[in-house]
Amino acid sequence: MALGREEVQDIAALCRIGMTDEDLNVMPEQLSHVLEMFQTLQELDTENVAPTGHSVSVDTVMRADESHPSASPENVLANAPQRDGDLFRVKVVLEE
Amino acid sequence: MTDLYDLTIDETRDLLKNGEISSTELTRSCLERIGSVEERVKAFVTVTGEAALEQARRSNCGTLSSDPSMPLNGVPMQIKDIMCTRGIPTTCSSRMLEDFVPIYDATAVERLYSQGAVLLGKGNMDEFAMGSSTENSAFFPSRNPWDLDRVPGGSSGGGAAAVAAGEAIYALGSDTGGSVRQPASFCGVVGMKPTYGLVSRFGLIAYASSLDQIGPITRDVTDCSLVLNAIAGHDPRDSNSIPHHVPDYTSALTGDIAGLRIGVPKEYFVEGMDDGVREALRKATSVLEGLGATLEEVSLPSTPYALACYYILALSESSANLARYDGVKYGFSYRDTDNMWEAMEKTRQYGFGAEVKRRIMLGTYALSAGYYDAYYLKAQKVRTLIRREFEEVMGSYDALVTPTAPTVAFRLGEKTEDPVQIYLGDVYTVPANVAGLPAISIPCGMSDGLPVGMQLIGSHLSEGALLRIAHAYEQATDWHSMRPQL
Repeated sequence: MALGREEVQDIAALCRIGMTDEDLNVMPEQLSHVLEMFQTLQELDTENVAPTGHSVSVDTVMRADESHPSASPENVLANAPQRDGDLFRVKVVLEE
Repeated sequence: MTDLYDLTIDETRDLLKNGEISSTELTRSCLERIGSVEERVKAFVTVTGEAALEQARRSNCGTLSSDPSMPLNGVPMQIKDIMCTRGIPTTCSSRMLEDFVPIYDATAVERLYSQGAVLLGKGNMDEFAMGSSTENSAFFPSRNPWDLDRVPGGSSGGGAAAVAAGEAIYALGSDTGGSVRQPASFCGVVGMKPTYGLVSRFGLIAYASSLDQIGPITRDVTDCSLVLNAIAGHDPRDSNSIPHHVPDYTSALTGDIAGLRIGVPKEYFVEGMDDGVREALRKATSVLEGLGATLEEVSLPSTPYALACYYILALSESSANLARYDGVKYGFSYRDTDNMWEAMEKTRQYGFGAEVKRRIMLGTYALSAGYYDAYYLKAQKVRTLIRREFEEVMGSYDALVTPTAPTVAFRLGEKTEDPVQIYLGDVYTVPANVAGLPAISIPCGMSDGLPVGMQLIGSHLSEGALLRIAHAYEQATDWHSMRPQL
């Protein structure tokens, strides 16, 4: 499974990572090499095998419906790159 | 007398209890050691010297030190910089979190604090725990105290290097595919990955959630048991935390392993292993036999597929976990644009290093429409096969013994070009993560002046048995007491 420059660009768009020209030159080969290793799994017959999500089975975890204090607005905003009063400031989301 | 910074936790207990030394003296000794070797070892991202002395001072005044149930009281340690520490930067060795200061402590950290532990600082690591050498740290690589031209292993390389170099009495690391055990092996110290779910992941910055586990890095097996005693146990804030009564792990250290059955999986002793590692393991297994254990060859035929299975699962989960770094709520944020999408893309382009980007890209691809069945679902099915094989074999054995890594520590810069070459070094450690099993690495020899690690893998929640075997081995050998000359 070899990836080309365009496919790498598509994947980068899916995970929102900006790419330089240099990235687009080296990534296809590096990623393709790893995908080759991934391919080895196809040799195994898993026709009637159920998937394992977690190795240790823990049943659905429930807790009592009790209220607990949450973090203060000051704490929640302590690491905000840009804040506006008690709000996170973001770029324009809805454009005209 | 040994320098204070070179003591084990267990050795400090009586000294602290009888008032022969104070926590302040012990902490100062570690800080002075950091002062003299850290420039060469580079094990710390942040050193919290003043706060450590304040914690030590409080520990001196308290009555905690006379309580034998608190053996960690007043003992200085390092925490990997992937665990949240309130008010202390937690960077994951990434530009993305360079200025991030958590507003709470991870459960494991909280539990150590409640025992009176003293935090010396935060350990360097591969960025977001993605790597096996610390060369992926965005800040600097750490060095192996046994040979400063070599890597300490990773991703918890800062922890293993600090403990080996005398900069911290013990450390906490995290292990997603071997990140505690492999650096422990490379640096000649003890490292354990507990059963998945035994130690809470609350406050552990997520890499691959179905695989991540916090574990101790210590100078011997007794210390490993003491730290595990403190950090293990159910935590309602981690929904995969196992509601399990935690025993006193030190009670497993009987020194007696006569009659125990230990399997030697033949798939772990194949080509690609250094001769020195093979020889050290051969001698180590005969020591175990000499102690009365029965060793028998066993087979885990899916082993060659564990690496691909692991990387598909880990990278897929990481692509989802690292989607949160968008420059809005915390972390690095690219500002020089008014366009939201461009800001997000540039934030991730400049905030993440090359290996993190590769892994997110591969995980995104493996989860994307049209490829999900072939990669992620397939890997989850192979995970079932690997888990079942372990379960079948473990029915007849108390533990399995393998090398921790196929090689000793490699040189800095030796393996940075091709990611697959680096991934191959994780071949012996990833199966335990895939199956959620506990595993421990202990020093078992030297090859060309560099430490070799032996790995013991057990069934779910068999930490006691692993510690018992590791401890008995340690009593019969002196590899664990060797220290690098710095």
